[in-house]
Amino acid sequence: MRRLARETAARRRVPPALRPGPPARVLPLVPALFLLLAFFAGPVLWTVWASFTDAALTGAAAARTEFVGLRNFERLLTDPDVLNATVLTAVFLIGSGVVGQTVLGLALALLMQGRRGWVRGAVGGVVVGAWVLPEVVAGFVWAAFLEREGTLNLLLQAVGAAPQSWLTSLPILAVVLANVWKGTAFSMMAYSAALAEVPGDLKEAARVDGAGTLRVVWHVVLPLLRRTIAATLLLVTLQTVQVFTLIFVMTGGGPGGRSTTLPLLMYQEALGFGDIGYGTAVGLALLVVAGLFSAVYLRTLRPEEVR
Amino acid sequence: MTTAPRSPAARPRRRVRSVAAPRRAAAAAVVHLLLAGLALAFLLPALWLLLAAFDAHASARVRLPEAFTLDNFAAVATRDVLFLPIWNSLFICGGAAVVTVVASVLAAYPLSRFGLRFGRPFLYTVLFATGLPLTAIMVPVYSLFVQFGLVDSRWATMFFLAAASLPFGIWLTKNFLDGIPIELEEAAWVDGASARQSLLRLVVPLAAPGLAVVGVFTLVITWGNFFVPFLLLRSAERIPAAVRIYTFFGQYGQVSYGELAAYSLLYALPVVVLYLVAARSLGGAFNFGGAMKG
Repeated sequence: MRRLARETAARRRVPPALRPGPPARVLPLVPALFLLLAFFAGPVLWTVWASFTDAALTGAAAARTEFVGLRNFERLLTDPDVLNATVLTAVFLIGSGVVGQTVLGLALALLMQGRRGWVRGAVGGVVVGAWVLPEVVAGFVWAAFLEREGTLNLLLQAVGAAPQSWLTSLPILAVVLANVWKGTAFSMMAYSAALAEVPGDLKEAARVDGAGTLRVVWHVVLPLLRRTIAATLLLVTLQTVQVFTLIFVMTGGGPGGRSTTLPLLMYQEALGFGDIGYGTAVGLALLVVAGLFSAVYLRTLRPEEVR
Repeated sequence: MTTAPRSPAARPRRRVRSVAAPRRAAAAAVVHLLLAGLALAFLLPALWLLLAAFDAHASARVRLPEAFTLDNFAAVATRDVLFLPIWNSLFICGGAAVVTVVASVLAAYPLSRFGLRFGRPFLYTVLFATGLPLTAIMVPVYSLFVQFGLVDSRWATMFFLAAASLPFGIWLTKNFLDGIPIELEEAAWVDGASARQSLLRLVVPLAAPGLAVVGVFTLVITWGNFFVPFLLLRSAERIPAAVRIYTFFGQYGQVSYGELAAYSLLYALPVVVLYLVAARSLGGAFNFGGAMKG
């Protein structure tokens, strides 16, 4: 507010003639606007239109695309594959995003709080390294880790457990684990930044009143982080529902569709079976769900961050 | 945890700390142990990459190489497998980063400086767009590319990736520009500088760390993006490393683990290092790397 007032006051000091005129003001926006309209807004609108058609890659429908009304959406609601993919996406989202990354990210942030620089640097570096690693490589790394001859079975054998091929026996668990590994850094960084803002005297006061560390965290720190947790959870949700590459590289959606989440189903329908219209409808369903989350995110942020 | 016995042996001078000191030392040990365990758990899968790449008889397991070798690197370091795809990655992702930075600063400047009538709704839309999943629009993007004959064009792929990075880039850049006091430009305007001059001579140099963040971020994200080039590019001559590594190793059964690890390192290590170094040196400008300040 104060900044804003200062800016407007400063603006008033400058004679209007010396400030750049209207065309010069809007002109710089043109490249960004063009790119966003051509490559972003265009496809989104096209998504809406194409999902009402029988657009296809090959065959008769490819030559002559027709409007089919709500047929793709009727099929969407009755297709057992869509139900399966929706359930698996929910499992993937809750398992890796909501539970895994949030709990682990928060735990890491809390544990690292107030530690020495090199400890934070080393632990943070390892976790962030996993986050920056390209998704394809992460997929290969985890495929090797979970293979029958892989490292996890080596460790399990040491404690007497029978080895198994995790990618085929529990594919959804395998991709959940990989995504926790890959994505935890984001939550960790968000919570670390928020923890640094928690006033120390609040914690000290609670401690003097006789509260132990766990009670201070639970009753003082976590309530103060509520907004950060909400915003981070939303971003993680948006990120997690669209994960394609990690799953594609590790399991390809299989075996037998047991790790086919919505993005993989969209890909299979559109490019595997050549049914662009139906694949787009699946994509649109994903877009609508994510759009709702994004709108909620916007509302959560609005009062402070957008001026 | 909450009520430790009060032992007379450990009672330092100051009262407040007297109860807590021994408990805190024990707690610190537990915390460090937990952190070491977590770091190890995160390191273990990636450790395989570092070891298998130098192992002449690499398997899927983490183990010290029996016979140290650089043959795995030599085997993948050919024009078709490594150099051409890396060049394509540089072209597509580097280009996308440059386009994103330039378009972002141009768009963010008027949004930050002049009270544009549509500025606020535009920013809302941009922020909303940062949340939309890119994956969900890729099928229609692909069919649009087919319609306009843009499939297998590196330029079009580059511009698409730039457009996809723009909402985030504009948002971040606008926040950086808001932090630069407007008085400097006003002084320049009074002295007769045009908006273009004040932008190029004043704002861009002052915002350089922020713009570097946007550029590094875009480069790292697009470098790791597999799905977009996988759909939009076809010929082996044009695909970037992200796709090449998949077509080379992912599509046939018998995998040479050593070569896979070596290729992964050559492809991934530069951006991981770039990110970590940038996060450290750009420090404050890296909002995202809050934890990396150390």
